[in-house]
Amino acid sequence: MTETRPRSHTSPYPLWFFIPAAIIYGVLFLAPTVSSLWFSLTRWDLSTAEFIGLENFRQFFSEPFLVQGLVNTLIYAVTTSGLKTVCGLLLAVLLTGNIFARGFLRTLVFFPVLVSTIGIGITFTVMMHPTRGIINVALETLGIPGPGWLTNPALALFSVALVDLWKGVGLATLIFIAGIAAISPDYYEAARIDGATRLQQFSRITLPLVRPAMITVVTLSLIGGLRSFDLIWAMTRGGPGFSSDVIASVIYKQYQAGFYGLSTAGNVILFALIAIIILPLTLWFNRREVEE
Amino acid sequence: MRKIRPYVTGLIALAIAMVIFVLPFVFVLLQAAKSKPEASRLNFGLPEKWLLWDNLVAVFKARDYQLVLAYFNSTLITVVSVTILILLSAMVGYVMQRRKTGWNSVASVALFMGLMMPPAVVPTIGLLQELGLFKTISGMILIQVAYNLSFSTLLFRSFIATIPRDLDEAARIDGAKPWQIFFRVILPLLKPVTVTNIVVQSIAIFNDFTNPLYYLPGKENVTVQLTLYNFQSMYTSQYNLLFMNILLVTIPPLIVFIFFNRQIVAGMTAGAVKG
Repeated sequence: MTETRPRSHTSPYPLWFFIPAAIIYGVLFLAPTVSSLWFSLTRWDLSTAEFIGLENFRQFFSEPFLVQGLVNTLIYAVTTSGLKTVCGLLLAVLLTGNIFARGFLRTLVFFPVLVSTIGIGITFTVMMHPTRGIINVALETLGIPGPGWLTNPALALFSVALVDLWKGVGLATLIFIAGIAAISPDYYEAARIDGATRLQQFSRITLPLVRPAMITVVTLSLIGGLRSFDLIWAMTRGGPGFSSDVIASVIYKQYQAGFYGLSTAGNVILFALIAIIILPLTLWFNRREVEE
Repeated sequence: MRKIRPYVTGLIALAIAMVIFVLPFVFVLLQAAKSKPEASRLNFGLPEKWLLWDNLVAVFKARDYQLVLAYFNSTLITVVSVTILILLSAMVGYVMQRRKTGWNSVASVALFMGLMMPPAVVPTIGLLQELGLFKTISGMILIQVAYNLSFSTLLFRSFIATIPRDLDEAARIDGAKPWQIFFRVILPLLKPVTVTNIVVQSIAIFNDFTNPLYYLPGKENVTVQLTLYNFQSMYTSQYNLLFMNILLVTIPPLIVFIFFNRQIVAGMTAGAVKG
């Protein structure tokens, strides 16, 4: 083995290891992201781009159905994230407790995370059929008139959010289970000796100490909710009307219609929305953590 | 009383979970076994005759064996992109973890962006067209690599932190070249996290719908998820075939899940712990 250069000057960790990944990532992810800032300011047919300034954004914010897509995105993200956090935490507490068939229950709750979103979307669309769907048939036998889950414009977005909860709660539960498992049993022991009730144990020990897991769940599900497209597309295509359109489905519709500049402007608005919500949240979470 | 309680709560939870999480899958199975008129009633009844096999054959034959082509395409995309992903992200994770350099902060920002930001689709389509990669399987593979690099790298980076540096030193003293240290010493040690990565990423890429919808249109490029989407618009009167297709799409992740339950759980939580 002959070394031409003295060993101390060559690192055993070659920087060129970055290069293949950087090329693929830079070309296919970063470059389009950066160029979208330019293309959103143009009237664009993929070959020629004519600069039109902020016209796309003006149009986006002056069309009521596009603005509704923006509002729906926020509603959808907050609803799904809130539901996943609350339900995930409760399920995790249940599934770390001493109960029968615990392992099987964990598996059951988690499995939908892995299944095709489109498949789940289609299945629930059929089950939510206003007259023949099994959900409303079951409600009817109980004497409750079932609503038009996906046909009622006031309800469609929330129905999809419920299905999103069904599919995604398993991941939230899993993260909370990992968080709860990391809490030392000594705390509970001491609390029990002091005579704390289960509810007190939950609010004084579990809740504060599961914070890192909660930050993860909230952040992940917010990002997922803001970006979500496939489930909404499979279930309602943004309808009825535009009542369940979100930014991601607006981007797709404008792309299909050939409005490439407008579609890209939608993308830039989505970037901005995610950055405005997630960055301060992350900073705030981190600061609180340091203070504690 | 103390002894019964876990059973009571367990059984109640089990009953509720069965209704909420199992019934939809049973529904899919039943629909997939029904005849066309029976399935169109959308009810929960048992099929008069179990036509699972007939429906299976019908779904495979539909549109000139499109589903076979779709399985081939999906498998090809998944296998190749996961292989590239593993290799590249292990390399990046390794150097990021081991070597202090100014590039690390650049890489960290890139990782964070990759986890958070949605891709800019239309500019990407424009770019793929320029490169001649639009509507091609290779283009789709590169896209999957680019979009999933961040998550993979994150998993590798945190795992590599647990491998002692002494090993690198020992290999170095034995005269290994830098790339040999990585490929002959480190990479084999990464097996647990590699398996996690393979499992989690293959499920994600196999189930991906949005990216093939944008970047891989065209009949000959169809993927498994897109067949579902096509069936949905085409066979609104043939629910039995639609649900047979859903059943078929659900089976691969089910098999993976049965074999790799533990790794998936480990991977999902490891990746989820703050990036």
